[in-house]
Parts: sequence; structure tokens; C-alpha cells
Amino acid sequence: MTPLLSIRALSVEFDTSHGTVHALDRLSFDIAPGEILGIIGESGSGKSVTAYAVMGILDRAARITGGEILFRGENLLAMAPRARDAWRGRGAAMVFQNPRTALNPIRTVGDQIADVVARHSGLSRRAVRARVQELLRHVRIPDPERRALAYPFQLSGGLCQRVGIAMALACAPRLLIADEPTTGLDVTTQAAIMELIRERARDSGTAVALITHDLALAAETCDRLVIMHAGHVVEAAPTAAILSRPRHPYTAGLLRSVPSLAGSIAQLQAVPGSLPDLRRADLPPCRFAERCPRRLPRCDAPGPLALEEIAPGHLAACRNLP
Amino acid sequence: MSRVGLRLLSAIPTLFGVVVVTFLLTRVLPGDPAVFFASNPAMSAADIAAVRETLGLDQPLYQQFLIYLGNLAQGDLGRSIATGQPVAAEFARRLPASAELTCLAFLLAVSVAVPLGLAAALRPGSLVDHAVRLIVTLGVSMPTFVTGLLMIYVFYVLAGVVPEPIGRLDPFLFEPARVTGFLTIDALLAGDRQILAAALHQMLLPAATMALFALAPLTRMTRAAMIATLGSEFIRTARAAGLSRGRIVVVYALRNALLPVVTTMGMVFSYMLGANVLVERVFSWPGIGAFAIDSIVNLDYAPLQGFMLIMAALFIAVNLVVDIVSAIIDPRVGH
Repeated sequence: MTPLLSIRALSVEFDTSHGTVHALDRLSFDIAPGEILGIIGESGSGKSVTAYAVMGILDRAARITGGEILFRGENLLAMAPRARDAWRGRGAAMVFQNPRTALNPIRTVGDQIADVVARHSGLSRRAVRARVQELLRHVRIPDPERRALAYPFQLSGGLCQRVGIAMALACAPRLLIADEPTTGLDVTTQAAIMELIRERARDSGTAVALITHDLALAAETCDRLVIMHAGHVVEAAPTAAILSRPRHPYTAGLLRSVPSLAGSIAQLQAVPGSLPDLRRADLPPCRFAERCPRRLPRCDAPGPLALEEIAPGHLAACRNLP
Repeated sequence: MSRVGLRLLSAIPTLFGVVVVTFLLTRVLPGDPAVFFASNPAMSAADIAAVRETLGLDQPLYQQFLIYLGNLAQGDLGRSIATGQPVAAEFARRLPASAELTCLAFLLAVSVAVPLGLAAALRPGSLVDHAVRLIVTLGVSMPTFVTGLLMIYVFYVLAGVVPEPIGRLDPFLFEPARVTGFLTIDALLAGDRQILAAALHQMLLPAATMALFALAPLTRMTRAAMIATLGSEFIRTARAAGLSRGRIVVVYALRNALLPVVTTMGMVFSYMLGANVLVERVFSWPGIGAFAIDSIVNLDYAPLQGFMLIMAALFIAVNLVVDIVSAIIDPRVGH
């Protein structure tokens, strides 16, 4: 099956006043049509940067220094700006973390959804309004006529995120990127929001890239997982394979750090160390090496680290696999 | 609307405070107005005492204050000892002249500053941004009397494209029937296009001089607010949804950025009203600033107190307008 989205050897750097941050380094992974993919990693591992690069909304300081992003075979990075603008919202759309601040504070939520619908559909004003009501009902916002007139500050975080999802799904995108969509929401609301995303995606055949640091949440929701560390993909495999037999030492460490109801707190283990400083010029080929319990001299040998298929559909980037 | 009423009520203690402070301030100014008023070498100590008595300056301070309060309550701002005219009448004549000039200068400044700030914010660090910074720095670092004189020299003396920079209207033209005291509006009401054009022409240079000075804070605030807003999360959301650049800049960013700009506009406007003394002097503009300076020089208590009181009232009014406009822009204000 041809992938819906294929990221190939994508490298992104940021220019800061303290040096160049090598945020993504030859990053590669695919998303199949209709699949729910989890992108897992700790803060600073490059998950959001990847999403912004796909959407084409990286900020000014960022530079794409290599690679390509293919959407249905077409390289997004070579697309004309206008075509890319029109692609956003229809090809792929995004749901952000912090739903309150992700919405325009001084525009009614109905108008904000209507802006997106009107931009991509060319419907009449009346039809746009009807579509907004329909979208609000789809994300199960009670009393949509009244809520459409509300400002974000008048709605709860959960309702704001439903509005965000309605905006993202307004033009039936082929890919929905959800960047930590449940951050800052209480647990029951989190479950409801995840359920909503899953259900809407299944109904419309939309592929979902769920970006999260929460392995438990991803395991529950996703068909396949991509594990990121310091701007590299270290492992990518179907969820069951990752959970039952993690191959990369970082993935194994992550799994040991997830609390379970059965286990005791004492069994929890944090992954030792922290992400390397991505501004360093002497970053090792394996950026996990300095935290790795299995590090060997050959791990530090020069040359790029390859992401290799070690079993059907199971990729890992490690020179000393168990 | 009840909020507006409440705000007006809360202005009363502020105004009373201003009355007390201006009264005391003028009294601690060095010099004796009676001596100044009776400035004639032939006058004896007895004559000076008589003058002091007529001016009411022989009474104890609290008594003077009570009399002043009583007069204020009747709308009487006192009498100028320099001109002999009631202060209220003097201000009624001069305030419209200052206000009209300030309004035009303010409109000029805003209509230039907001697009400039916007252009600079859309391309920070670009040539446009640097050019804007240069213009703005020049505008604020040149004293208004220097820019005023320069403008007169260039546009009146050299180019001859503006009328003689004296007063509000060519002396050979008749002023329109006085309704608002704003020459332009009165000319419009009277249907006199010629006077309207002449008044505007006369105002152009002093207004441009004032506007140049007001440009800096407005442009910088517009630029800063736009850059901050363009970097906020909801702009990222709008971009990810594929909204057009024009819509993002105008509907999403500019409207949000206007909030701090409106607050700055209020401050700039109030400041311009009071601080255009130099411009009024350079262009012989019969406004309140020039009058206030004369009053200080002449130790003329009544007009000075009146000036400060009127300025305080205008400040309060401008702040009220800013609050109302902010509430219109931002639904969160007042919640």
C-alpha cells in the first residue's frame, strides 16, 4: 500500500542566539491511509517540530536542511506557497495542545470554524453557517446554536478542544495531526476527547498522527508507534510488537517508566540521563548512546545511524540490538 | 452603559484631588502675584496691600480654597489678572483651537503609524523595518520646535506651498458662524468650502509637526504588538487551518494587536493635548498651551488652575473612551 504521508530523511535546524539546534536529523517514517499512528517521545525530542514541518508552519528561525515530505507522492516542500496554503486544512489539519490559547480569544468559536469552512469550500454564507452547526454537533457540543456565539474564554477546556477538532475536521482532511490534544484537560475529558478523535477518524477514513509523551495513551489508541529520541526515530513498529517486544533500549526504558495498575511504584524506572544538548557540534551518531546501558565502542563509530527493518514492519536504529 | 456611568462617578474623587493639588501647587510657586500685578515703581506698600485685598490673597489659605471651590461649583473658573477676562470664556475660545489641531495631528499620526508598524512587524529585520525605525527615531529625537521651524522653512519659505504660518485662518477670510469652535466643522456646517480648505491648509504644517512626534510611540507599539500576536498560538492554529495570509494578518492578528495600540493612542492623545505648547508658539496658534505658559510667567493663578483642571478632565474622558473602545474590541474586558 502506498503511504499517505512519507517523511524521508528530513533534517531541520533552528538558528538561535546560542548556536544552531539540530532539531531533526534524517528523520524518516510513513503514515498509511486511515491508520492511527502514535509519535512518542519526551519533550524536546522533535515531535512537534516534525508536525510543524509537515504542516509548513515552522517559525522563521527554522530551516529545513534536507529530505522530503511526500503527501500522496507529491513533495510538499516543493509545492508553491499558494498551493500549500490551500492544501492545509484539506490535505492535513492539526489539533493543538492548550485548546484555550490555540483559539483566537476575541472571535466567537462559530466564526472561527466558519472561517475555515468558507476558506476551503466556497459555500454561501448560509450554507457555511449550517455546516458550522453540523460540525459542532459532530464533536458533540451541546446546544450548538448558542455555543457557536461563545468566545473561547466562556467555554471549558474540553469544549474548546472539541471546537479545535471541529475546526480541524471542517474540510475532511486526509490526515489529522493531534499534538498532545489532551494536555491540560482532566482525565474524564481526556478520555472523551481521545474517543472523539478515534471515532471521527474511523468514520471519515482520516489518518491520525497522535503526538504524545504518554505511552499508555498511545498504546490504547494507536495501530502503530514511532518512538522518537532527540530528533531521531529510534524504533517504529505495530503497537503490539512494541509493547510485547521492544527492541531499542530507549523504547524498553520508556516501557519500564510507565506505571501500571498491577505493578508497584517501586518497580517504576525513569530513563536515566536526559536528552543531549542539540546545539552540540559533536553529537554522536546515536544520540541515545550517552544514556544507553548497552553502549559499545562501535556505537560511537562515525557514519550515520541506519533505521533498519529487523522484522516485518518493525524498524529500529541501533548498532547493538539485543 | 451602567459601567460608563460608574466610571464617570469614580472620576469625581479624582477631579477633587486634582482641584486640591492644583490649588496648593499654584500657591507654592515662588513670587507674589500682588507685587507682580502692581508692578509699578510708584506703588507704595499700601497700594500693594490693597491689590492683595481685591485679589483675595490676604485671606487664610483654607478660606481662599473654599471661595475657589464655591466658584467652581458655579462654573466660575475665576478671572485672569493679566487679561481681566473670565478664565472660562478664555478657555471656551482657545480650547477648540488646540483640540482641532490635536485631533488632526492625531489622525495623521495614527493613519501613518499603524501601517508603518504593520509593515515593520510583517518583516522584522528587513529593510522596511530598519527604515521605519530610522523615521521613528528621527521623529522623536527632534524637538517639535525644531521640526516646526524646519517645516516652515522648507514648505513656507522655500517651497511656498503653505499659507503664512500665523494663527488659524488667513486674516482676510471671515470666520464661519461659531458653533463648535472647530473651524473645519463650523465651515462645513456653514457650507463654506473655501473656508474649510483654508483652515485645513493652515493646520497642515502644525499638525504634521505634532504628528511626527506622536509617530514614534504609536509605530513602535503597533510593531511590538503585531510581532507578539503573530507569534501566538492561535495564529499558528489559523495558519494550520490554511486561512489566507491576508485574513490572518488583518482579522486574526491586527484586531488582537489593536488592544495595546488603543491604550497607547489614549496616552499619546492626552499627551499631545497638553504638550503642544511649543508647536502653538511656533505657529502662533491661539490655543490653551500658549495661554498656560503665559499664566505661569504672570503668576496668574486662576487660568493656571483652570488649565490643569481641564487637562485632568480631558485625561479622564480620554481614558473612558479608551476603556469603551477596548471593551468593543475585546469581549473579555469587563468579564
